[in-house]
Amino acid sequence: MFAYYLELALRSLKRSPGLTALMVLAIGFGVAASMTSWSVFRAVSGDPIPWKSAQLFVPQIDNWGPNGRNPNGDPPSAMDYADATTLMRDHRAKRQSAMYQISPSIVPAGAGKHPINVSGHAVYGEFFPMLDTPFQYGSGWGASDDANRAQVTVISSKLNQKLFGGTNSVGRSVSIEGRDYRVVGVLNDWNPQPRFYDVVNSGGFNSQSDDVFLPFQTAIQAAIPNDGNTNCNAVPKESGFIGLQQSECVWIAYLAELDDAAAVAAYRDYLQGYAREQQQAGRFGWAPNNRLRDLRAWLDDQHVVPRDTKVSLLVALGLLLVCLVNTIGLLLAKFLRRSGEIGVRRALGATRKAIYLQFLTEAGMVGVAGGGLGLALTCAGVAGVGWVLPKDIASLARLDVSLLVLTLLVAVLATMLAGLYPTWRASRVQPAWQLKSN
Amino acid sequence: MKLHPMIAALRKHKAGVVLIALQIALTLAIVCNAIFIIGQRVDRVNRPTGLDESNLFLVSQQWVGAPNADTPDGVAKLDAMQKEDLAALRSLPGVASVASVNSLPLLDSSWNGAVSLKPDAKFSDKSANVRTTYYFTDDQVMSTLGLTLVAGRAFHAGDVQHQGFRDNPPRPIVMVTKALADKLFPQGGAVGKAIYSDGSSTPSTIIGVVARLQAPAVGTWANDFAWNATLIPARLDANFSRYAVRTRPGQLDAVMRTVAPALYRANPLRVLDDNSVKSFGDIRAKAYRADVGMAILMGVICLILIAVTAAGIVGLTSFWVGQRHRQIGVRRALGARKVDILHYFQLENLLIAGAGAVVGIGMAVSLNLALMHYYEMDRLPVAYALVGVAAVLVLGQCAVFVPARRASNVPPVVATRAG
Repeated sequence: MFAYYLELALRSLKRSPGLTALMVLAIGFGVAASMTSWSVFRAVSGDPIPWKSAQLFVPQIDNWGPNGRNPNGDPPSAMDYADATTLMRDHRAKRQSAMYQISPSIVPAGAGKHPINVSGHAVYGEFFPMLDTPFQYGSGWGASDDANRAQVTVISSKLNQKLFGGTNSVGRSVSIEGRDYRVVGVLNDWNPQPRFYDVVNSGGFNSQSDDVFLPFQTAIQAAIPNDGNTNCNAVPKESGFIGLQQSECVWIAYLAELDDAAAVAAYRDYLQGYAREQQQAGRFGWAPNNRLRDLRAWLDDQHVVPRDTKVSLLVALGLLLVCLVNTIGLLLAKFLRRSGEIGVRRALGATRKAIYLQFLTEAGMVGVAGGGLGLALTCAGVAGVGWVLPKDIASLARLDVSLLVLTLLVAVLATMLAGLYPTWRASRVQPAWQLKSN
Repeated sequence: MKLHPMIAALRKHKAGVVLIALQIALTLAIVCNAIFIIGQRVDRVNRPTGLDESNLFLVSQQWVGAPNADTPDGVAKLDAMQKEDLAALRSLPGVASVASVNSLPLLDSSWNGAVSLKPDAKFSDKSANVRTTYYFTDDQVMSTLGLTLVAGRAFHAGDVQHQGFRDNPPRPIVMVTKALADKLFPQGGAVGKAIYSDGSSTPSTIIGVVARLQAPAVGTWANDFAWNATLIPARLDANFSRYAVRTRPGQLDAVMRTVAPALYRANPLRVLDDNSVKSFGDIRAKAYRADVGMAILMGVICLILIAVTAAGIVGLTSFWVGQRHRQIGVRRALGARKVDILHYFQLENLLIAGAGAVVGIGMAVSLNLALMHYYEMDRLPVAYALVGVAAVLVLGQCAVFVPARRASNVPPVVATRAG
């Protein structure tokens, strides 16, 4: 029977090619616009480390007081040097790392090569196991390297390719800002987006990967300055990078790994105690006002998903809605035009259910055709976002099987949904009335 | 023509009428807001920076193994290196002038602070301070960037000092933009007056006022001080430096190609990569890429929307014309002219589109309010809504014309046929 309905639908669609084409075009464009914006939205709003984001926390300490808070009463989004290093020294989380963005120059070995500039981060050794960074060769460094300010480094596979031709470079040395560092690990293609570990400096998305990681205290000692944002509530008393370290300026990102609710509560207490201590010591003239957000809440709070992406998705969904309303109207016209045919079928014994099936099949067929067109247009759309959106974001939008399946599914389901009311109207046609008037 | 019979006829197709009206309403709501977004982005992109943007490029470079900028000795060495670079660039054929700068408008790398009329103003005291961006530059800045002096004088070579990147020495003289001068001294006469930057206790005397100079930051966070700039006659010494270069007309590309070899000749231990030599056109394009992209996206969506809605009106009206074939014949047989039939369908569409537009304005305003609440959009001006209404009414009339003409061509003889 289904084959018969398919044939009927095909015949009906062929009978009014203009109207059919209209519906297919509307569904195709509506679905493609929505799916293209969805692919961008999905890319920027995804969880960069889904297996662990619930255990990663960003502490914020209020070292500026009431006048430095944002309108929600939140303290600065980054830390000053004193707080960050004290939290590291107290070491109350399972793993933790303070970090700051660096942009050193590297001199490749071999004559005739010009120096290059790379971006990276100065971090503590626990950074790597905490974020489950994949290693191609070697591993991160240990706590003793942090304490001894060892001249070690972890580099990206990209930089390893550039400097050592992709071979195992563990144990070899790299000249960074004029000093030699021993490579202890080579990362395996790791560039999470958004760059969740340092949202404040990366703005979330950055097409340029982090190529070099140095121990935090080693970088401080080598006077490798921070390359990201520095926010101050007063001009530092002393000058230079040392002056920055002694100031209340905030420029350091911080991540802590806390496994369960008890650990989170204990860490909260610890932060509270620390702020109270600072208050008693006279450094803070206000009551503790800390924050401890898990990673997802933190990304949300920092508005990592660009506003434009959300607005685009909203507008594209609006377009889909209009296309659906349009399809309802056209299907209604198409179905009711065949009232006579429906009357005959009903008079010959077709049940309402049969009429339902027949017309829903037809609607489904429009949906499949619209979905096919939508697939092609979505492919074109995803390929074309690079022309329209900034590179950092456009490069994240990907075409994959799940997106294609979703496109087809949305097209068919939406069209069937749009077909419900016209089908219902068609099934209500009174056979006697139709036969009489004809 | 009386509306009464028309409304009675529309009651027979309630569903179709409601669907077309709803579609028009939704289209109006979305198109109004999308066009408003496009208008805002276009305004933003068209803001003049205050620079003469043609024949201008920026060099950003980094020295390798540079002296420590935190020591007086290192600062002196870095400054000598910077002066060497400036000399190398100025000697290039085709170069009109070169200025040391810490940033340029739209570059999105900025040093911002606040200036006050009183000494020792706390940062947190927002009423005593006016936010500003700082440009650290030299005496060549006016000619290189193409700025316009509106009062006082520009920097002389003797005014220019140099300082470590993270140092905060006193700033005896500064220039400010007119926007900043007007905010600090609403009565005018800023030249010769003293201001205090970043809570400093030592005054800076304003020696000149430039007409306009945009801040480097492009984010919305910097909107409230986009035109407030303070120019400080000092080269910043760090392990990196930036130079703005103005070429003679038409020689931009040729000069840009000679920059890297010339700088490597002066000192090979430095980083110059693909991003190091950038025309101002490229800086502008990068800064506004997201805005232009958003405008294009909204434009494409508007076009699709309008096309779909027009097609929907054509489709449904054609169906109605087919359905009423016989009635039209009867009317024609009873003496209605072709133009009466045409007008009938046009008026009918006007009624439906009008109803849709009324609902649509409500939806447009609600959508705008939602966008304002969640995404910090501005309020939709009434003009946009009115133009939108006019546009959907015209759209409806255009879309209905073809099926209505077909209806008017139905011959009266149809009335006499059965069926």
